[in-house]
Amino acid sequence: MQLVGAIITLIGSIFLFLGALGVFRMPDVFNRIQAGTKATTLGTMLFLIGITIGHTDVVPTLKIIILILFILFTNPLSSHALARAAHYIKTPLAEETVRDDLAKDEDRKEP
Amino acid sequence: MTDIIYAIATYIALAAMVLAFLRFILGPKAVDRVVALDSLTIISLSLIVCIACMSGRTIYIDIALVYGLISFVGIVAIARYLERGV
Amino acid sequence: MKNIKSFVFLFIFLYIFWLLLNPWNWQALLAGAVIVALISGIFRKYGEILAQFKLNPKSILYSLIYIFVFLKELIKSNLDVAQRVLSPKLPITPGIVKVKTNLNSDFAKTILANSITLTPGTLSVDLKGKFLYIHWINVTTEGIEATSRAIVGKFEKYLEVMFD
Repeated sequence: MQLVGAIITLIGSIFLFLGALGVFRMPDVFNRIQAGTKATTLGTMLFLIGITIGHTDVVPTLKIIILILFILFTNPLSSHALARAAHYIKTPLAEETVRDDLAKDEDRKEP
Repeated sequence: MTDIIYAIATYIALAAMVLAFLRFILGPKAVDRVVALDSLTIISLSLIVCIACMSGRTIYIDIALVYGLISFVGIVAIARYLERGV
Repeated sequence: MKNIKSFVFLFIFLYIFWLLLNPWNWQALLAGAVIVALISGIFRKYGEILAQFKLNPKSILYSLIYIFVFLKELIKSNLDVAQRVLSPKLPITPGIVKVKTNLNSDFAKTILANSITLTPGTLSVDLKGKFLYIHWINVTTEGIEATSRAIVGKFEKYLEVMFD
């Protein structure tokens, strides 16, 4: 049982590493937010679940559950707020971008 | 055996922190830095829980909870500030 | 009637948090009940958004199915991110697309936006009325109908049953 917990923790840390690598490598803000949010959410969940399975005698399981639920709800919310702010202040998009419907709609509405 | 795997996992998470910190330094705009800060807080939150269980002081888990709460409120406040000023 | 429903939903929601954070002896349970009743009486107005959840067996069954669908999509999206990040050429063709949703309640829209952020290659950027603006890392479809079916369709059929 301890070995299973350790392996789950290892997989979670690999996802955390991939998320940070995505934040480092991607060309513009929105792609960075995408990589950062998805990979760190699942990575943290697996990391905490692995530690809880490995140390069932010391860890208060209910608090870990509340921490996981909290991360699952707030991480997408904060990334949504950041993406909205980034688009509002007209952060330049990457040069591979093919279309931008939101900027088109906002330009049309202004007189 | 399991201790070695936990140590490897901790080192990989530390390497992830180094990468996110590089983006925190390099980021051309303020928004890039805030994205890197978001990733940094999430990774360090997992490391806090890991340290809490390794050393047997489970009071640190409460600290991780409050840390996550404050980081969420901080990120949302920064996003709002970037959008329309204070 | 509506006030009572939002009070009860807010009470249950907050009391679950109290139970998860505190030890389970009768003093803590009683103190929690009093404090939570006071808080949910004062902030009853904010419980309306929770009371948009329908209470019948079908909606509870659908929310259980929804959790599994969501977890499957979360794992798929992480494998997708891993594949994109590890390939040396970064295969992305990003763009911001506009999709239409048929949901009415605010709670359902919040859950839809959160789920879209955690599914493969999409990130919700803005929400205006019935239209969601989504940053898509690999744009493949043209036109609002096809895009809506590709991104929103798989969640919307569950959320329509679960909320008013």
